[in-house]
Amino acid sequence: MKPLAITSYTVTSALGAGRAAHVSALRAERTGLTEQRFEDSTLACWIGAVAGVEACALPRDLAPFDCRNNRLAELALTQDGFIEAVAAARAKYGARRIGVFIGTSTSGVRQTELAYRERAAAASDNLPDWFDYRTTQCTYSIAQYTQARLGLTGVASAISAACASSAKVFASAARSVEAGFCDAALVGGVDSLCLTTLHGFNALQLVSPEICRPADAQRKGLSIGEAGGFALLERASASGAVACLGVGESSDAHHMSQPRPDGSVAKLAMAGALGRLPPERVSYINLHGTATPANDAAEDAAVSGLFGARVPCSSTKGWTGHTLGAAGIVEAALSLLTIEQGFMPRSLNTRELDPRIHATVLLEARAGQVEYVLSNSFGFGGTNCSVLFGPAP
Amino acid sequence: MTACFIKGVGIAAPGLAGFHASLEILRGVAPYLANAETPYAPALLPPNERRRATAPVRQAFRAAEDAVNGSGADARELASVFASSDADMTVLHRICAALAQTPRVISPTDFHNSVHNAASGYWSIAVQSMAVTTTLSAYDASFAIGLIEAAALVDDRRDVLLVAYDTTAPQPLLTKRPLAVSASVALILSAQAGAAALGRIAVSASDHPETSCANPSLEGLRVGNPALRALPLFELLAAQRAGTIALRSTGEPRIAVSFTP
Repeated sequence: MKPLAITSYTVTSALGAGRAAHVSALRAERTGLTEQRFEDSTLACWIGAVAGVEACALPRDLAPFDCRNNRLAELALTQDGFIEAVAAARAKYGARRIGVFIGTSTSGVRQTELAYRERAAAASDNLPDWFDYRTTQCTYSIAQYTQARLGLTGVASAISAACASSAKVFASAARSVEAGFCDAALVGGVDSLCLTTLHGFNALQLVSPEICRPADAQRKGLSIGEAGGFALLERASASGAVACLGVGESSDAHHMSQPRPDGSVAKLAMAGALGRLPPERVSYINLHGTATPANDAAEDAAVSGLFGARVPCSSTKGWTGHTLGAAGIVEAALSLLTIEQGFMPRSLNTRELDPRIHATVLLEARAGQVEYVLSNSFGFGGTNCSVLFGPAP
Repeated sequence: MTACFIKGVGIAAPGLAGFHASLEILRGVAPYLANAETPYAPALLPPNERRRATAPVRQAFRAAEDAVNGSGADARELASVFASSDADMTVLHRICAALAQTPRVISPTDFHNSVHNAASGYWSIAVQSMAVTTTLSAYDASFAIGLIEAAALVDDRRDVLLVAYDTTAPQPLLTKRPLAVSASVALILSAQAGAAALGRIAVSASDHPETSCANPSLEGLRVGNPALRALPLFELLAAQRAGTIALRSTGEPRIAVSFTP
């Protein structure tokens, strides 16, 4: 693909709102995960909740979109001067010519859960009048909200491929710009806490009762978090500008909720993202690293198969939790921060590295020049996506 | 690219059981009869997955298999785009109803089927395809945005299967998202003309008003399911008639699709 410069980006997760909060949490080795129950959840586990999401108000003209997921989007959009950067791009390209590609897995399902709870309490057949399917529950709601909030009027799409959703937005955006359907792209991802994912992953016995421990010999599963992040992509004109350089995608064709154990197809996605860049040029890999036994083993087979033990890597799920459809954009933002800061975060909460893991998982933070970073995201349905960031040639 | 060739076409809707079987209806020379759907089981799914596959997955497969069978394409080699406004509202209903009860018990199969990309996952397993696949939603513009995604994915090395599908919800969700019918359409897009190509399409932004269907029954279907927004294009394909149709999109401009046989 042709490189796309990242001219502005922002991230909001359990580590805080905006990039500075993430840098300080990463440097202080402070997790955003807490042992608490989400609202009326009956599940005892650790979660990565975003402070301030309930209190975040949408602009009055977008009130029909009000739900936890769009509030989280609003909170994330209003950090780091992002709205101003998009306004400048809108003036440059025109509102019709900036495409919107937003990843989510569950969009506003929390609103539907609340509607069903009220229906059960009232012993009613119907859902309450306040429940608006299109503007909250519909997967597209988050893309429509983002597009409207930013005053854009061109192509908009909600990419929903489970936990790879907001990595795959980089691929869709790049192809759309290359084909000429837009001149610049707004990519992002937002997923918010809800009972569906907490109890759903629990039904699959994938939720850890303790804080998640990626790559640990005693890992017991994932901790779920919520997050939102956005990036503005423009055709790279200046050499050296930080850019999205490649995206690789593949399908396991193996099982709906289990990765292919040998990692052979996930490896194809990583190789696809690298393109012609030799693997040894990669400075750091941000792993998908959910801390489920199956994911970490399969991902390690793929990473060590392609890179050996030469490239330092870590999962940042121990900091943010698994933010599902937002994981791709959160980890893209953290990858960009490692480049900016010359700082590679360690695999937080990992006490004893699984001896069956062969890649160089960072147990201590590392400082040094970070040039190229690969970020992995995998999802249910066997979908794999890897994104390469680095200097535009 | 913004222009490509059409190598395969599929459709599954009440009274439109496959593209070949629907040609005369789409050409306007045979009357449309709103027959009940004929029975169908996905031929390509292994038994385990066939047992677990939900109605939207089957609906997607029905048009996809129709397009692949009519084209001679090797399904395993196709990249794919799955476009659905709502994915599985039956599973959504079951999960949200279960979460409103005590104790909260969700079926693990329901949970993995609840992902928007379930059909794409089942498809890649069924045809053993490791190729790129993307799943998107754009509410009632899902076919238009799916077509843009698919056209952008076509290149010299890969043909692309586009599947647009949506199925009706159970109550009480049906009242909130009142789709009239369950339906799916599929196209196989290619950079190469090839002997089997039905023609060429070019996709661009346009300010033309949205194109409707002249036949009131087909127009009812068109507005009754996001996938069937494709019907005006399918009428051109069936008639092998050059023309341009406009689809409502996600923003101000419509999406114009020009067809040349």
